[in-house]
Amino acid sequence: MKQPSHPRPSPVDSKVVGATAETNRPPRPWRPPWWMAVGVALGLVVLALVSREGGGVNLLNALVRFANFVVIPGISYGSQLALGALGVTLIYAVMRFSDFAHGDTMAFGAMGVILTTRVLQGMGISAGPLPTALLALPFGILGAITLALVFDRAVYRFYRRQRAAPVTFVIASIGALFVTNGLVRLIIGPGDQRFADGVRFIFRVQEFKEMTGLSEGLALRTTQVITLAVAVIVVLGLFLFLNRTSLGKAMRAYADNEDLALLSGINPERVALWTWIIAATLATIAGTLYGLDKSFKPFTYFQLLLPIFASAIVGGIGKPLGAIAGGFVVAFSEIAFTYPYRKILGYLGFETDSLVQLLSTDYKFAVSFIILVVVLIWRPRGIFQGRLV
Amino acid sequence: MTVNAGTGMGKPFWLALAMAMALVAVGVLQSWNVALAILNLQLISAVMALGVNIQWGYGGLFNFGIMGFTALGGLAAVLVAMPPVPEAWAAGGGGMALAAVTMAGTAAAVWALHRLIKVKALRGPAVALVFVAGLALTRWFYGPSVAAIEAVDSSVTGFLGGLGLPIILSWLAGGVLAAAVAWVIGRITLGLQSDYLAIATLGISAALVAVLRNEDWLARGVKNVTTLPRPVPYEQDLHGQAWFIDLAGRVGMEPSLLSGIVVKALYALLFGVVLLVLFWLSHRALHSPWGRMMRAIRDNRDAAEAMGKDVTRRHLQVFVLGSAVVGIAGAMLVTLNGQFTPASYAPFRYTFLIWVMVIVGGSGNNGGAVLGGFLVWFLWVQAEVGGPWLITALTSGLQEDSPLRQHLLNVAPHTRQLLMGLILLVVLRLSPRGLLPEQSSKHSPGPQQIGTEPS
Repeated sequence: MKQPSHPRPSPVDSKVVGATAETNRPPRPWRPPWWMAVGVALGLVVLALVSREGGGVNLLNALVRFANFVVIPGISYGSQLALGALGVTLIYAVMRFSDFAHGDTMAFGAMGVILTTRVLQGMGISAGPLPTALLALPFGILGAITLALVFDRAVYRFYRRQRAAPVTFVIASIGALFVTNGLVRLIIGPGDQRFADGVRFIFRVQEFKEMTGLSEGLALRTTQVITLAVAVIVVLGLFLFLNRTSLGKAMRAYADNEDLALLSGINPERVALWTWIIAATLATIAGTLYGLDKSFKPFTYFQLLLPIFASAIVGGIGKPLGAIAGGFVVAFSEIAFTYPYRKILGYLGFETDSLVQLLSTDYKFAVSFIILVVVLIWRPRGIFQGRLV
Repeated sequence: MTVNAGTGMGKPFWLALAMAMALVAVGVLQSWNVALAILNLQLISAVMALGVNIQWGYGGLFNFGIMGFTALGGLAAVLVAMPPVPEAWAAGGGGMALAAVTMAGTAAAVWALHRLIKVKALRGPAVALVFVAGLALTRWFYGPSVAAIEAVDSSVTGFLGGLGLPIILSWLAGGVLAAAVAWVIGRITLGLQSDYLAIATLGISAALVAVLRNEDWLARGVKNVTTLPRPVPYEQDLHGQAWFIDLAGRVGMEPSLLSGIVVKALYALLFGVVLLVLFWLSHRALHSPWGRMMRAIRDNRDAAEAMGKDVTRRHLQVFVLGSAVVGIAGAMLVTLNGQFTPASYAPFRYTFLIWVMVIVGGSGNNGGAVLGGFLVWFLWVQAEVGGPWLITALTSGLQEDSPLRQHLLNVAPHTRQLLMGLILLVVLRLSPRGLLPEQSSKHSPGPQQIGTEPS
């Protein structure tokens, strides 16, 4: 029989095995991939040479098209996934289970934001050029935190005290998934909601074309910039919190070794409380940004669960940095595998009739799972050597 | 009521009786047609719950891909029962066959290269090269054939069609198809532990359904196959016949009403036979040396492995068996509906709801799984009716046209999600092993250990 690609737990306690494996093979440090940058630069030069008449301009056109349809959407979608995956990975690190209700927590938080936005709009309050939803964000976060804490007190705490098996938590989280989903549908309905207001574009395709004289245009939407800015701020804040504050350190200690943390007097209830607060905050922000960028629909948020889990696992579950990397890997793969490259290749001098699309757009969600399965088989602990489940 | 699980049939009997009474109440209060419609889906749900119970209750496998296997069963119904479309076969059959051959060839080549090349640095690029070349070749055959097949009278067919066999055979075929796919999926994913397996299977089932939705040449995708033959007579054929009208007169019922009931009852009979056979088989399996081994593996995998049990193989076996049962249920479901609609497969309804059935009914206990299937489906259907009724009652103090009341009435059917979640959480808390817990011998672990591995 084929040797299993994944270290099988031996008759000894699996935690001990994991620990020895770690000492035998220390995780490889992350090195900036210089060779990749050099390769990309060389590739661009070659492409510029092979592009037909007016090579430089055509190359620029190709690059602008690529940026407009792949890079910019990838960055904003990646940030949204990263924020969602950060929540999943934090819950996993501290509570040791995969929270299947996370997608719906995102929907619940976003719903709070939408309802508050409607109230604010009714009162005539707006954030000027920015979407009103940014003002409503704190209220949505409060709503999601309340929900998360109610679930923690009513459901998860009981199993935590019993030290129940992780599967019990997962099944309980399915109960939470049903309840949250039902609440969202009851309160706001299952339909589509659009709540983005303010200035829609920073610059439009037409303006870009006039500005640069290229035949390809580049559009930059306000929501895309806001997504990136908010994501960067939130992630910096989270890392400062985890690395600098005593509470963050307590959380990391608890995640690393529960028994040792308990011995040194860390209060598990306090750690759990703050984990839920942070996870609910991240979920609301991710849900709101996704809703602003696309639109809000409860079912879409449930579907987001799949790419979010993929991001968390691809990056290495339990590792915050991995969640971010995973989010971008999944987002870029989803877009890059389903984008038709015909026009870009046309600019580079390869005229074809086919769309040059690797997969039809309908397979978008399937892409994240192909990546997930590949990563699980060849590198089960993800890019950043996360915890082995 | 505390009835010792070992001493008799007390609790299961009373719960089953209560379920039957509820159905009779629906028959009397609403209509017998509704009651039989619920019963049919209850029987199918019970079969699905049995399948999940085989995987989770016996083997402790966390399969969240139930939806995918249900859909595969449905696909089998189409492939077995629909008449073949000769024009489509003529247009693109050869190309499809070539594409299938090249795809299989690519897979074989990749596998062989992976085995043969010992130098690690060479293996990756070689495999990638063969993979890309094989993919390109496959697509070269595949693309034009798909276009040709889908162009054949696309408003009616536009797909290859099936074998034109009686649809009842598809129940078996659904099981076989689901088992075959489960074997492949199992080989890939069963090395993973609980949470990862759940996530991976959830994703794979989503990918499977995406394929069914988009590959129009296979089963018409979202254009749906709506004219599946039936294993039972059509209503309009029945109530046109003299003996039937005579019978209806004797019973004292409208022939059109009676024909609906008779058809549904025939379905219920067929499904009931399948459920009984599967129940008997799984009951025998659970109480055989094999069942004891499976439970031993579930309760303490390391100990079972130390005793020389091949845990990975047993897991694969139980994964395939459970998926086959789910596939049978999927084929029965499509048979009952008379149509295959890939867009209707949603993880809520076909994965998580089945899980609620198993957990609420009692994982590890076949009777519990069946009861869970009956009970949860009953509540799921009745909550859709009961939600609006409840909200009408609750908001009767409000004005008729109050916006709040209007909104609540619009969204009222969604109370059932809430209800299911609450039921699951309450049962998990108060009776963590379900309504009918696994019948434990003195060697079994304590009631809290429903997991596969100690935390």
